[in-house]
Amino acid sequence: MSILIDKNTRLIVQGITGRDGAFHTEQMLKYGTRVVAGVTPGKGGETVHGVPVFDSVAEAMEATRANTSVIYVPAPFAADAIHEAADAGVSLIVCITEGVPVRDTLAAYHKVLALRGASNPLGRPRLVGPNCPGLITPGQSKVGILPGQIVKPGPVGVVSKSGTLTYEVVKQLSDRGLGQTTCLGVGGDPVIGTHFIDALTMFEADGKTEGIVLMGEIGGSDEEEAAQFIKRHLSKPVVAFVAGQTAPPGKRMGHAGAIISGGTGTAAEKIAAFEAAGVPVARIPSEIPELMAEQLERRRSRSRANSKNGSRNGNREMKRARGAAPGRTRRKKTSASRRGGKPARGTRR
Amino acid sequence: MNLHEYQAKELFARFGLPVTPGQVAATPEEARDVAASIGGTVVIKAQVQVGGRGKAGGVRLAHTPEDAFEKARDILALTIKGFPVRKVLVAQAAEIQKEYYLSIVIDRQRKLPLIILSSEGGVDIEEVARTHPDRILRQPIGMEGLRVYQARALMKHVFPNWPQVQQAADVLMKLYRVFTEGDCSLAEINPLAVTPEGKVLALDAKVSLDDNADFRHREWETWRDSGDETAAARLAREKGLSYVKLDGDIGCVVNGAGLAMATMDLIKYYGGEPANFLDIGGSSNPEKVTAALKIITTDSGRDASGRSRIRAILFNIFGGITRCDDVANGIVKSLRESPLEIPLVIRLTGTNEEKAREILKEFGLSATTKMDEAVQMVVARAQEVTV
Repeated sequence: MSILIDKNTRLIVQGITGRDGAFHTEQMLKYGTRVVAGVTPGKGGETVHGVPVFDSVAEAMEATRANTSVIYVPAPFAADAIHEAADAGVSLIVCITEGVPVRDTLAAYHKVLALRGASNPLGRPRLVGPNCPGLITPGQSKVGILPGQIVKPGPVGVVSKSGTLTYEVVKQLSDRGLGQTTCLGVGGDPVIGTHFIDALTMFEADGKTEGIVLMGEIGGSDEEEAAQFIKRHLSKPVVAFVAGQTAPPGKRMGHAGAIISGGTGTAAEKIAAFEAAGVPVARIPSEIPELMAEQLERRRSRSRANSKNGSRNGNREMKRARGAAPGRTRRKKTSASRRGGKPARGTRR
Repeated sequence: MNLHEYQAKELFARFGLPVTPGQVAATPEEARDVAASIGGTVVIKAQVQVGGRGKAGGVRLAHTPEDAFEKARDILALTIKGFPVRKVLVAQAAEIQKEYYLSIVIDRQRKLPLIILSSEGGVDIEEVARTHPDRILRQPIGMEGLRVYQARALMKHVFPNWPQVQQAADVLMKLYRVFTEGDCSLAEINPLAVTPEGKVLALDAKVSLDDNADFRHREWETWRDSGDETAAARLAREKGLSYVKLDGDIGCVVNGAGLAMATMDLIKYYGGEPANFLDIGGSSNPEKVTAALKIITTDSGRDASGRSRIRAILFNIFGGITRCDDVANGIVKSLRESPLEIPLVIRLTGTNEEKAREILKEFGLSATTKMDEAVQMVVARAQEVTV
């Protein structure tokens, strides 16, 4: 299993005729993603790598019944592309584009939120990004720009704010024999649609994910909140890493969101928050696979012990696992079916 | 981009915020002329983007144009926290009865603009947050925008009488327009001052712009080009590289911001000191690589004996969209044009890795695949050079 995307993902590429859009469409097709349509206003009727192009997302949706879209539209128009996808009823919107003004992202985010309903944090539609590498479910589907050759199927969920650092660590995980359920890049902008907490909740609910690697960086407080959330709600082991320990305050480190401002958002604070929550923190990226392997081994031997010791302990363990954030997952299911009877996607299919 | 006070006040004035009359001056003569045209007592303020200008002698009163000339001359000779003062703002002096703090930022968690208001102005707001957190009000602004009744209600918490509440509410409404229409990530007035006559004035202005929005603000270009940017920083911006100079001696060129940060951390972890953050970004044309090498080798300058302060350079490339052969071509081209006098360690893996190795080999270079190995190597090479 996986989170957010799988072999049933039917993808629209917004900005498919552009340089990046066309290139990554080819890459995604090669990987086996079902790219069913592309959208570029004014280029309806063309094809790109055999994929039919439409003038609007609404037309593409009508013709292809897609459920996911990925955005490679240039930054000045990317937020509009999010609005368009949301209005057309796309349920998962992945914005790869870097350089979207925060003001535009705010409006697009709140549009998506309004369509979903505030009481339904894990429902649809959902925005991932902007300024993110997208996501990949090994062997099933890739949406975005993550290189397909470094991943392999397995028990580890990966969530990260970065692109190439994620590739680095995912490759090391794969080399160590630790495959992945889904690798998700949430993006490096100050305002993003999907946060660590959302990803953690989904990985917790995913039957195949046994452990989670979380890679954060300086700026904001997502990592601190994730640490609190893990402590309260997660039964599965998490290994964390925080980039930017040597970053000076007040300077933006490439990502628009990666900045220590007013003395907060430092790597030291984030690492301390994870440690206080009992989450092992890798000091360097190459420690991550070993830490994850240890955690998985501990979890497996615990569940072996439980099954040997009879049903009492085992039941308790299962209850704990199932009980994590129960309200959220249950609500997701009901409201998804209320909204036009669409089946809940991903893990629940 | 962070604006200077005089630029931020220009922006404020455009939106009708109450700023005192004033003008920027680059020479003592200009300062004297501005002081004469304003008349009366003026305040002369160093235009550097660091806190604590006052304590460093960068803010002074002048009572006559001649006095302004002398004070401006003194201030223009200062270097405050490493920043040479190139310009001063000459503005009408105002008497202050009480100082407040007002700003708007982005609340990353709520994903809304956030008003921060305090009765403790004129001091470092982070200090107030530590010592008197109860004296700071935080109020998010919904997506439907800010209404004047909301502004009044907020201001009533801190201002003592109705005329001041109304003026402060008006200031807030205008500051909100500056923030949204101006695509700011921070718009701050500290202090928001009240004069003995009960007038509310924005006596200082601090604005950070969302660089991503520069395509809809042509006017930003004139603010940027004010001589504060180093040659290396300008080259980086023009070539689309993210670059931040640090104090260490190991230069690094990396693709991707997260990996670049992790590389710096790893250099430190293995006992070295990174000289910079540099992200060449996703698409790798050889020109970017050439520019990156030029930036790193020139920006740190040379020590007393004429040696480069940079002791070694590391390339750390994880090819995805970035093609390793493009990077290799860039390295070779760049070394052909200007050979390096310091060791170079290259790590690359991913897309077109084999091609890249061949290109490097032809030129007598080699590359490792493992990041840890490469970082340990570059730290060792840098130390050899130092000894």
